[in-house]
Amino acid sequence: MMISPVVLLANPTDEHDTHQEDAHHEEVAVEESEDGGIKKEIKEYIAHHLMDSYDFGLYSYTNEDSTKTYVGFPLPVILIDGGLKVFSSSKFHHGEAVAEVGGSYYKLDHGKIYKTDAAGTITYDEHHHATNEMPLDFSITKNVVFILLVFLIMFFMFRGMAKSYAKGNALPKGIGRFLEPIILYIRNDIAIPNIGKKKYKKYMSYLLTVFFFVWIINLFGLTPLGVNVTNNIAVTFSLAILTYLITTFTANKDYWKHIFWMPGVPVPMKIVLAPIELLGTFIKPFSLMIRLYANITAGHVVLMSIIGMIFIFANWLGGSLSFLLAFVLGILELLVAALQAYIFTMLSALYFGMAVEEHHHDEEH
Amino acid sequence: MEKLIGEFSFGLFFWQLFLFVGLILLLRKFAWKPILKAVEERESSIEDALEAAEAAKRQMAELKSNNEDLMNKARDERDAMLKEAREMKDKIVAEAKTTASAQAEKIIAEARESIQHEKMAAITELKNQVAVLSIEIAEKILKEELSSADKQKTLIDNVVKEINLN
Amino acid sequence: MEIPAIVGAGLVVIGAGIGIGRIGGSAMDAIARQPEATGKIQTAMLIAAALIEGIGFAALFAVS
Repeated sequence: MMISPVVLLANPTDEHDTHQEDAHHEEVAVEESEDGGIKKEIKEYIAHHLMDSYDFGLYSYTNEDSTKTYVGFPLPVILIDGGLKVFSSSKFHHGEAVAEVGGSYYKLDHGKIYKTDAAGTITYDEHHHATNEMPLDFSITKNVVFILLVFLIMFFMFRGMAKSYAKGNALPKGIGRFLEPIILYIRNDIAIPNIGKKKYKKYMSYLLTVFFFVWIINLFGLTPLGVNVTNNIAVTFSLAILTYLITTFTANKDYWKHIFWMPGVPVPMKIVLAPIELLGTFIKPFSLMIRLYANITAGHVVLMSIIGMIFIFANWLGGSLSFLLAFVLGILELLVAALQAYIFTMLSALYFGMAVEEHHHDEEH
Repeated sequence: MEKLIGEFSFGLFFWQLFLFVGLILLLRKFAWKPILKAVEERESSIEDALEAAEAAKRQMAELKSNNEDLMNKARDERDAMLKEAREMKDKIVAEAKTTASAQAEKIIAEARESIQHEKMAAITELKNQVAVLSIEIAEKILKEELSSADKQKTLIDNVVKEINLN
Repeated sequence: MEIPAIVGAGLVVIGAGIGIGRIGGSAMDAIARQPEATGKIQTAMLIAAALIEGIGFAALFAVS
């Protein structure tokens, strides 16, 4: 759904890159290099926004003496590198300093922690990838903080809702009045039609949790807190792998039979189909992972680019147009946040349904 | 693809998986099960109530038709009773009439018989009386007639005359 | 002259866009013809669109 913006965006940013280099080499007019400076800053800002970070930064600004001031608070860094090492991310000084913990030295480079020597040297290969050793990293990053926050919000919200039922009320109270129709929708229009009335119950916990989790965390991504959880491939991968595991471990004989020995087709076709079908079982959760990741990433990139255009135009017409466009896209993103959660839930339910479907026509084959 | 793999953060994956699975398990126990149960209970209670209403409606209709049946039956019964009563009355009246007329006839017949009887008795007595009176009269007449020798002689003469030996 | 890979990805995306457009249009036709089957048609439409979308993403991420 958001494919085309990605493509559109890919070209301008590349252009900026070359433009920037031109400005650098030929040392053209000052205005242009300043313009390029803003573009570079916006690009860096977007790249930074898309990345996870080790501290909870609210905003930062450059002082007049060109030092940077960061407003936010540090988060704990947890490394496993010859023993458990826990320290505050303030030791990194936003990537400017080398952190010394228990005789080892660590440095941040492009948002990742590398093991270095005391001077903080980082060596790069020809693709500009750091070649330093990376410690096993279990840090409570900004994204983990928000996952934890959504965890707590969901737990207390739905627990409260469940309690309001438990008091003998046939109707939920407060926020439950808003949530109950959504829960019923997931049950009646996603779970039951796709999985079937007999077997849907054991999947309901997963479907409901994944829907509300993805939805709420997508909505957090649209707040000015600058958090962006579902555009991390690790997050969508862990969601997709759960769908894959649940599908695989609850699948019945029919499902495997349809994969390895497709009934109703000649034997040579069966042999050809088996690897394709087997590959299909991996592609399904893989597409789930990529879909969520790409939609949210694309949405954020487009939205932030348009907001960044306000600073590039720097006049009232371009600014207000960009603002209007950003506003409309923001509303669209609200829809996308819910739509992606819906599609993830819907397709998960569909895959579960395929796994437990009973084929009554088997006798004919 | 390379970019995606480069971006992959194992720590984030671990935390996400850990917290998410924990969330599923916690919510299943503390939220989804009670909520879905409450919703299902409510739905089934609504369904039950609807069914009960339907049943009550059906019962009402049945009762109504029953009532009508009963009324009809009662009306029929009343009619039958009235008819029977009328018949009975007619019968009784008729019976009474026949009995009365029979009785009357019987009485009349008895009366007639007794009258006949009395009449016969009276006639017999009258006959007896007449006979006695006749004998007394005859006696008196005879006494008168036969009081003198002349008279006795005339009588014998008369009788002899009558007894003509022809 | 070498054609950059992103052009190929763009072609794939155009194809995917046309495909999703056709699916959406056909679904509309089907719903108009049989409004009572809206739910089933929507589900089938979403699944087909999602699969094509997956191809688009695969192309994009293959070159990125």
